[in-house]
Amino acid sequence: MLRLACPYCGERDYVEFLYGGDASGPMPELADDDIDRWTDFVFFRDNPKGEHAEFWQHLHGCRQWLRVVRDTVTHRVASVRPARDEVPAEDEKRVEVA
Amino acid sequence: MTGQVRRLAAGGRIDRSRPVSFRFDGRTYTGHAGDTLASALLANGVTLVGRSFKYHRPRGIYSAGVEEPNALVTLRGEGRHEPNVPATRVELFDGLEAQSQNRWPSLRHDAMSVVGRFPKLFAAGFYYKTFMGPTRRAWMVYEHFIRKAAGMGDPTSAPDPDRYEKAHAFCNLLVVGAGPAGLAAAIAAGRSGLRVILVEDDAEPGGSLLARRDRPATDWLQSALAELASLPTVRVMTRTSAFGAYDGMTFGLLERVADHVAVPPPFQPRQRYWRVRAERAILATGMIERPIVFADNDLPGVMLASAAQSYANRFAVLPGRRVVVFTNNDSAYSAAEDLRAAGAEVSVVDVRPGLPEALRLRMSRAGIALHPASAVGRANGTRAIASVDIVPFDAARPAPARVRTRLRCDLLAVSGGWTPTLHLLAQRGCKPVYDADQAMLVAGALPEGFAVAGGAAGRATLAACIESGMAAALAAAEACGGAPAAQGRAPAGRLPDERADAAITPVWTIPAPLGRRGGKMFVDLQHDVGADDIALAYREGYASVEHLKRYTTLGMANDQGKTSNLNALGILAGLSGRTIAEVGTTTFRPPFRPVAVGALAGPETGLHFRPIRRSPMHDWHQEHGAELTTTGLWLRPWYFPQPGESRRDACARETAAVRRTVGLTDVSSLGKIDVQGPDAAEFLNRVYVNGFSKLPVGRARYGVMLRPDGIVLDDGTTSRISEHHYFMTTTTANAGKVMAQLEFLLQAAWPDLRVQVTSVTSQWAGMAVSGPMSRDLLGRVVTGIDLSDGGLPFMGVAHGHAGDIPVRVLRVSFSGERAYEVYAPAGYGMALWQMFCDRGADLGLTVYGVEALGALRIEKGHVAGSELEGRTTLADLGLARMASGVKPFLGGALAKRQGLADPERPQLVGLELADGAGTLRAGAILCDPTARYRKRFADGSPVLSEQAPAPAAAVFTAANGSGHMGHGIGFVSSVTWSPELQRNIALGFISGGASRIGSEVDAAFPLYGELTKVRVTAPHFVDPEGERLHG
Amino acid sequence: MTHYSAFSLFREALRGNTGWTRAWRDATPKPAYDVVIVGGGGHGLATAYYLAKNHGLTNVAVIEKGWIGGGNTGRNTTIIRSNYMIDGNTAFYEHSMKLWEGMSRDLNFNVMYSPRGQLNLGHSPAQMDALARRGNIMRMNGIDAELLSREEVRQRVPILDYSDHARFPIHGGLWQQRAGTARHDAVAWGYARGADAQGVDIVQNCEVTGYLREHDRIVGVETTRGPIRAKKVGLAVAGHTGQLAAKAGLRLPIETHVLQAFVTEAIKPVIDCVVAFGAVHFYVSQSDKGGLVMGGDLDGHNSYGQRGDLPIVEETMAAAKALVPLVSRLRLLRHWAGVMDMTMDGSPIICRAPVDGLYINGGWCYGGFKATPASGWCFAHTIAHDAPHPLNARFTLDRFRRGHQLDEKGMGPTPWAH
Repeated sequence: MLRLACPYCGERDYVEFLYGGDASGPMPELADDDIDRWTDFVFFRDNPKGEHAEFWQHLHGCRQWLRVVRDTVTHRVASVRPARDEVPAEDEKRVEVA
Repeated sequence: MTGQVRRLAAGGRIDRSRPVSFRFDGRTYTGHAGDTLASALLANGVTLVGRSFKYHRPRGIYSAGVEEPNALVTLRGEGRHEPNVPATRVELFDGLEAQSQNRWPSLRHDAMSVVGRFPKLFAAGFYYKTFMGPTRRAWMVYEHFIRKAAGMGDPTSAPDPDRYEKAHAFCNLLVVGAGPAGLAAAIAAGRSGLRVILVEDDAEPGGSLLARRDRPATDWLQSALAELASLPTVRVMTRTSAFGAYDGMTFGLLERVADHVAVPPPFQPRQRYWRVRAERAILATGMIERPIVFADNDLPGVMLASAAQSYANRFAVLPGRRVVVFTNNDSAYSAAEDLRAAGAEVSVVDVRPGLPEALRLRMSRAGIALHPASAVGRANGTRAIASVDIVPFDAARPAPARVRTRLRCDLLAVSGGWTPTLHLLAQRGCKPVYDADQAMLVAGALPEGFAVAGGAAGRATLAACIESGMAAALAAAEACGGAPAAQGRAPAGRLPDERADAAITPVWTIPAPLGRRGGKMFVDLQHDVGADDIALAYREGYASVEHLKRYTTLGMANDQGKTSNLNALGILAGLSGRTIAEVGTTTFRPPFRPVAVGALAGPETGLHFRPIRRSPMHDWHQEHGAELTTTGLWLRPWYFPQPGESRRDACARETAAVRRTVGLTDVSSLGKIDVQGPDAAEFLNRVYVNGFSKLPVGRARYGVMLRPDGIVLDDGTTSRISEHHYFMTTTTANAGKVMAQLEFLLQAAWPDLRVQVTSVTSQWAGMAVSGPMSRDLLGRVVTGIDLSDGGLPFMGVAHGHAGDIPVRVLRVSFSGERAYEVYAPAGYGMALWQMFCDRGADLGLTVYGVEALGALRIEKGHVAGSELEGRTTLADLGLARMASGVKPFLGGALAKRQGLADPERPQLVGLELADGAGTLRAGAILCDPTARYRKRFADGSPVLSEQAPAPAAAVFTAANGSGHMGHGIGFVSSVTWSPELQRNIALGFISGGASRIGSEVDAAFPLYGELTKVRVTAPHFVDPEGERLHG
Repeated sequence: MTHYSAFSLFREALRGNTGWTRAWRDATPKPAYDVVIVGGGGHGLATAYYLAKNHGLTNVAVIEKGWIGGGNTGRNTTIIRSNYMIDGNTAFYEHSMKLWEGMSRDLNFNVMYSPRGQLNLGHSPAQMDALARRGNIMRMNGIDAELLSREEVRQRVPILDYSDHARFPIHGGLWQQRAGTARHDAVAWGYARGADAQGVDIVQNCEVTGYLREHDRIVGVETTRGPIRAKKVGLAVAGHTGQLAAKAGLRLPIETHVLQAFVTEAIKPVIDCVVAFGAVHFYVSQSDKGGLVMGGDLDGHNSYGQRGDLPIVEETMAAAKALVPLVSRLRLLRHWAGVMDMTMDGSPIICRAPVDGLYINGGWCYGGFKATPASGWCFAHTIAHDAPHPLNARFTLDRFRRGHQLDEKGMGPTPWAH
């Protein structure tokens, strides 16, 4: 059973959490209406085989959104931090998609 | 009754004072408490127990454990009927009913056994090479018969009367297997204060020791159990199998609470499924003996040597009077001695030449004939073994040889060596490695947290097992920060001297003797896979172990190849001139042993499969005969039929009341979210497409929010309670999604915003009072609110009281009539509802359900779930003008994408029958009547391939309604009978949208062969100007 | 290559089955090919087969990291159907269905395509409306579909729960008779044998570690068995498409997720078709061997670990018992998992990559098996002509940027929800 150590509630089975997916972020500014930037943010992924930054919400606990770094092969969790405390790393890897 | 002809006069762990009566294939037998079904059958001289999967060959009892490949039976009857149970793992109880399987008309005379006459024709993968003609549908015909022939037991259709439970447990150390190593580990860990769970699949702890009769071993077991009982932190779970090892050191356990009795005791489940979370785990799962493969090695009477020993020592059953022991290692010698001591005439056939003096002496002392450098080349007999052919054998150069002698026997006890049970490790991705000296697969690099001990770690002697168990436990104690444990053997006591005399000589197959032809050499007994099948697969290029397994189905039967795996690898290695290490092995998957579906489902079954959400007024609805319907997890009143009323009648009456007098409906299931904080207005501005910052206190506004990809997520009204306090409502279906998105945005995207959102869906009861007389009714119930249009205008919000009940009143309308949504703390919901009912009676108050709610909203062109279906944009819904031009909002950018901005997208319209004829149906496809073409791609190639045409019935032609092809120009999303207009009306989406108003299009419903002319209208059918809202 | 038939079977049986030859050669890679297909699953092998059969390209190699058919081809629940509603999916999957109908005879390998019918259940009036819309679209595209009432469903599949204890009562269902199952391994082996017979090299135990580049064009692959040049390189590695695309510097609208599958012990026939629950994600059919084959939801978080976790096991078994009560005392024999390319709209990708010389076939979510023949057919066409076949014209990478998602479920960009 994958278990996540919620910084507020302690270690819990992952079934208490809601998965939020890729957290390599950041979300573009709302005022930014550049379709390419939004498309890359909403649709495109690094999808690493290894350490993956991802969002989880402790839905059946404190309801806090968390930024988790987890290995996608071993499922070992490297870190769990409140999403609000995290400034997601600027995302370098972008490619033009035909 | 034949009597227990094979029962020994003394010994064993059975309770002779408690005879037990049971039935097998309709005949009554007697055994004893402590017997398994297998030992009891053997005691009664029953050796033919089942028929094999493919060739329907007669099969007997092959093992004494969970690895049993042959003796599968069906247990009990009616709802407790259970197929495919290994008789070796069934504890005998009074009144047990068992039947043999896969035979017709009888076990002795099985018609399908004719298949066994042509093993070459039905060799591995034969079905891939035929059954392909004469027609492309031919397979369906053959398959019908193949499916009937396949399968094993019959399932029951009666409901399962038993309960199942789920339970959780945590421990420092999980020890799997209560043999010598596991017991030693549990004791050592217990001494050092660790919280230990010791799991044993068998009915009592002891493992291999249960099958021994030598004092030192049995003494050790006794003292070990005694000390175990004295350790407070050790929990021993018998009749429990650890079937799976999962992420995060979580283990799946199945406790068979009541499978050893006829019916579960009161308040007890049949089985209990445990999720155990451990810090460390020690696998003391022991070893499984493996067969040696030779001609007709599947005859009843052929048995693993350790099993024969177990039946003699543990169950006091003599499995044979004339026994031949066939081995390539030392372990079978003690079996030979014990069987001899039990009174059998025994001879040993050993493939190894020049056996050491020690062994020869032991045998001659016991009066056992010894045949070194020899092998069993073939077993003879029809439904039971009668004799074996002995051939000279040289493991270095195995070759077909002439039969040297034939030994008469009624039992052949085979030992081809031992295979550690490493399934749980394999499930964690630990690849086993081949230990050539011991000729066994042992654990490779261990996953973090795991240790292996005893037989599972390749330890052969009792002393070594105990030692390795202790060592592993001490290491675990250290890792868990436990107190330093007492050293030394646990518990003290003299242990037998068991040094091996001679090394094992690996042997996989014995070539069939020269002379008489025929005879099948079985590797996987349960799936009837032979050495020749492996050779064939290899010849055809299915040379990887996984291809071999899949092509021959080796190891894929109910026993998952527990006895066949290594022999198959050995044979494949021989064929390909590789070592077993090079060949590699297939991956074991959970569960280690089959687990009842019901146990894993636990109590989440029937109505409890999913939780049910009920409104605070649910009981009232039921008392007043409401028909209920589900929206997500919610149970909501669908309609309130009066005697003899159809759904449509009830709906018509309910809607009419709302349009003419006043109606009351339950809207408690709507999502409700409290939004508070200095930046609440800014936040709402960002998540709604329309503006909220200028919304005055005391007013509500209809809002729509998008997903980040620009598609509409949800709609609802949000009202401003005070400067920094908003009350948001969402649709019932999307409440969860909306809440999660709001929380995500606040915490992960805009943490700088000072806003708190709280779901208050269950805290508020909600009810809508709708209709021309709604204000009159409200006036009778609610105090402290000026209900005049000036005091509470349309889209106004106010707080007051109904008696002592605090209420929040929103003047909003889903029906198009003057209407109010009244909210009260959930606990008061029923009282408030009752108040409306009592005081509205003389006004003609009518309660209505979601069917009427739907009719009313369709008449008004309000969108709901069928329109907000996850693919529609603001413009599609005719709400484009809501989007603010002055401020950005979530989803705004991607909503501008070409595909979403395309003016040709289908847009919301009203629809009605063009000439009153035909039927309007939701799900109908709207088509342009002028375009009766077969849809083509730009390059002119038809959409549908040029392959064989679909069955005539499938093709949608003029004959069954229309020539329309492709995807049409839109579809009908919602339909209702409008009591107001006295005709069917619908909402739908159509390319061109409003520009088509007044025109006629085809509504195609090929599923019913219907084509209906419909007229496109505006989506507002009733009171388009909205005068009634104020009237 | 020995022709397979009842006759050859009989003849060889008389010879003790010693006359059978390899189904496909165990090729060692040549230094260069016209086309290299990365991935020896059903899709890759089908692509090679149709490159040779439809386009005369036989100087082709299929490069497989392990053993062919060892990925999702050998792990899925073998369901075949063409009940798709969105324009762009409908015709593609129906083409696939038609190829299934002729596959065994085309390949001279019995893939046991069994059109036993699939039933998609509806549990509310709204769900029945949605099924009707889907069924009507199917019929308008020449695809068979029937809308069944509760009673008709009960007649077809009597073992479902029709009692008052059903949490989600059955209102009716959408039936496709031509839907069904096939023997998954046989598909890989049949295409391998067929491609091999036309000269295609099938190279096993050869992992692609990178690409050979000239200027900004890809001209081959680096492998654990040395470099292999190729005029064109096609990826058919669903589950790992993101990984191999990343080596080419591409980011995709794909996340990798784990899907589990389950099989019970073999029993005599109890269910003759495929049934899909409408209330939760669950489907069941019975294999020819007798095991009930079941599937459910994704584990729900990115994963390359080819193993499932307990919650989905419990979840799926609970759904099984809720829908088919008689499974309660049947035993789960084995459960396993595969890794899926989950796209942002639940539909696949078959197109030229933004890098010259590279072609992408992936994003099959968990609908890949049924698509195997059409996927190979269209990918072969795309590679051979440097342009998509009309059937895969919409399976492009840029549909997300242009706002043309093919979202059958209306779930939006939450791949784990498709």
